[in-house]
Amino acid sequence: MATLTVPSSVPAITDDCEQLRKAFQGWGTNEALIISILGHRDAAQRRAIRRAYAETYGEELLRSITDEISGDFERAVILWTLDPAERDAVLANEGAKKWHPGSPVLVEIACARGSGQLFAVRQAYHERFKRSLEEDVAAHVTGAFRKLLVPLVSSYRYEGPEVNTRLAHSEAKILHEKIEHKAYGDDEIIRILTTRSKAQLLATFNHYNDAFGHPITKDLKADPKDEFLKTLRAVIRCFTCPDRYFEKVIRLAIAGTGTDENSLTRIITTRAEVDLKLIKEAYQKRNSVPLERAVAGDTSGDYESMLLALLGKE
Amino acid sequence: MPGCPECVSACVCSDQIWLVYKGHPMQQFLAAQAASSNSSSPAPPPPPLRSRPTRREPQQSVNKEAAAMADEQQELTRAFSGLGGLGVEETALVSALGRWRKQPEKRASFRRGFPGFFSPAPTASGGAITIERCEDEYVRHLKTEFSRFKNLMVLWAMHPWERDARWAHRALHKHKKHQGSGCILVELACTRSAEELLGARRAYHALYSRSLEEDVAYRLKETEHAGLLVGLVAAYRYEGARVSEDLATEEANAISAKPGNNEVLARVLATRSKPQLRATFRIYREIHGKPLEEDLIAVGGICLQEAVRCLDAPAKYFGEVIAGAFKEGADKQAKAALTRVVVSRSEADMEEIKEAYVKQHGAKLVDAVAKNTHGHYRDALLAMIGK
Repeated sequence: MATLTVPSSVPAITDDCEQLRKAFQGWGTNEALIISILGHRDAAQRRAIRRAYAETYGEELLRSITDEISGDFERAVILWTLDPAERDAVLANEGAKKWHPGSPVLVEIACARGSGQLFAVRQAYHERFKRSLEEDVAAHVTGAFRKLLVPLVSSYRYEGPEVNTRLAHSEAKILHEKIEHKAYGDDEIIRILTTRSKAQLLATFNHYNDAFGHPITKDLKADPKDEFLKTLRAVIRCFTCPDRYFEKVIRLAIAGTGTDENSLTRIITTRAEVDLKLIKEAYQKRNSVPLERAVAGDTSGDYESMLLALLGKE
Repeated sequence: MPGCPECVSACVCSDQIWLVYKGHPMQQFLAAQAASSNSSSPAPPPPPLRSRPTRREPQQSVNKEAAAMADEQQELTRAFSGLGGLGVEETALVSALGRWRKQPEKRASFRRGFPGFFSPAPTASGGAITIERCEDEYVRHLKTEFSRFKNLMVLWAMHPWERDARWAHRALHKHKKHQGSGCILVELACTRSAEELLGARRAYHALYSRSLEEDVAYRLKETEHAGLLVGLVAAYRYEGARVSEDLATEEANAISAKPGNNEVLARVLATRSKPQLRATFRIYREIHGKPLEEDLIAVGGICLQEAVRCLDAPAKYFGEVIAGAFKEGADKQAKAALTRVVVSRSEADMEEIKEAYVKQHGAKLVDAVAKNTHGHYRDALLAMIGK
């Protein structure tokens, strides 16, 4: 699942801190050292390193990083070093402030995280930004998107496996009806997508497929330019097939001329400890090229090395 | 009218009770009793908290023994029906039990003197012998009144999160048709702190295998408040004191601009922190000269109004809920609210509620509670309210 590789004998935290400090000091920065340490520690270890670094040197590790390095590499290292909840909070804040229709960040955070994790993101958001996440989303998102996104980020879904089959049948029917009438922003669709538990939603989508012969996302492709439909499809795919969803985002980020570094960094740093391996497999399957090769071809320098380290390169 | 041959002078069936029965006999009886007890002057210093209405029968001086029995019956009637208050006077009941032991005729005459609650029913042997049977309505009424104390204790023992989850569940599933159900949810969502609300949602997961917002959205999906309630219940407000005056002004203006449009208001109410909201309400009052709740009454959104009251001044809101339980003709939900408010707020903001109550109603909360409730229920409430 995860691609993060941690050495089997991890050096002591104080050693790590010392090495990092050395990497920052003097002229220039030893980027390779930074990558070799931070790029191979899991969340708990990184947290411990940050704490020890701040105690020993009186300065936040993240502060040292921002001072010493820059650009996409800096963003990748910073996002990676943060705690998962904090990272999502930072991404959500950016996602809300720079929101535009079709922006996927908020949907990813709300749907591709477990219920408890989403709540941890909201708590981290309080601490960091002194406001609630739903406040900022409601303030910056407009129109029908707001009706969808605010409940989506405020949801605290039940996490159990119980499924009510009768309800799944009836809600699949409701969804079908609303979609047929092109009432994509209807209250019922929003209600079902933003409140039902994950298990219940999967059952509903399965039943939709059984009853109507094709997956629900197929019916949401009426207009390729419609960003709201795109968002609805993203919500559904994050629930049903997150690895293929993220594979597509990465594919679009890498393909063609130019690279969407923000998306690439976001996916790799947020999924490296979750399911990046599955995403890699999906990428290989779809593109006949290993993801590492594609990333190496499209990025360069320390940024490339960092991403490759997170992708599992030794 | 049911005959009561041997106790014409002794039973409580004085003239005013035999009114035309418009409603259910029990309600008529209660209304008549209430009228008779309110209209008479209080008796000479009785044992505390058990005032007896003076009897109006002209024969009272004639038959002293009969009068004493009528007196006891009044007490028992009062104790049993919780007239003019909630709960039952357990001590009076037990002492009546003791006094009337081995005197079935006293019990019989009590039953006959209580026409709203007991009605004659012929027994199988051809209607020659009648017994006074309990009205079903009365049995239910008794159960409610007797169980107030039990409910209070059970709720007191529960974890606050479980309490809130259970109230929310009951509001959604039992009282769906009643408009009070929305109000309970608004109360829970707006008066609890962010952590308490989160805890209640967790408890709801554990108890009912569903999320709270799921059930709220599903059960209230046809109503106009669905969006507002889901938003309120799903909120995780920032708890710091930071307030932006500019933002408050901007939002107060946005709300005034479209008074009928609930969407703006629903969004603001469901996302902003409480100190921020209070600033917004304050600025609204300054701009318009009257509080937002008043304008909302005109627009007709009762849940919106409740939400604003709960967020702005919860102590005052709770004081009004308590007063509502004591009013004449308060219904079942309003009376049950008394237990809910006292148990849930006794360790939270009971002091502020007491202050707000004095300001609103001119009487101290402990006095009002003591006057309007009976028995162990009353004692438990007073203990939770504190000095």
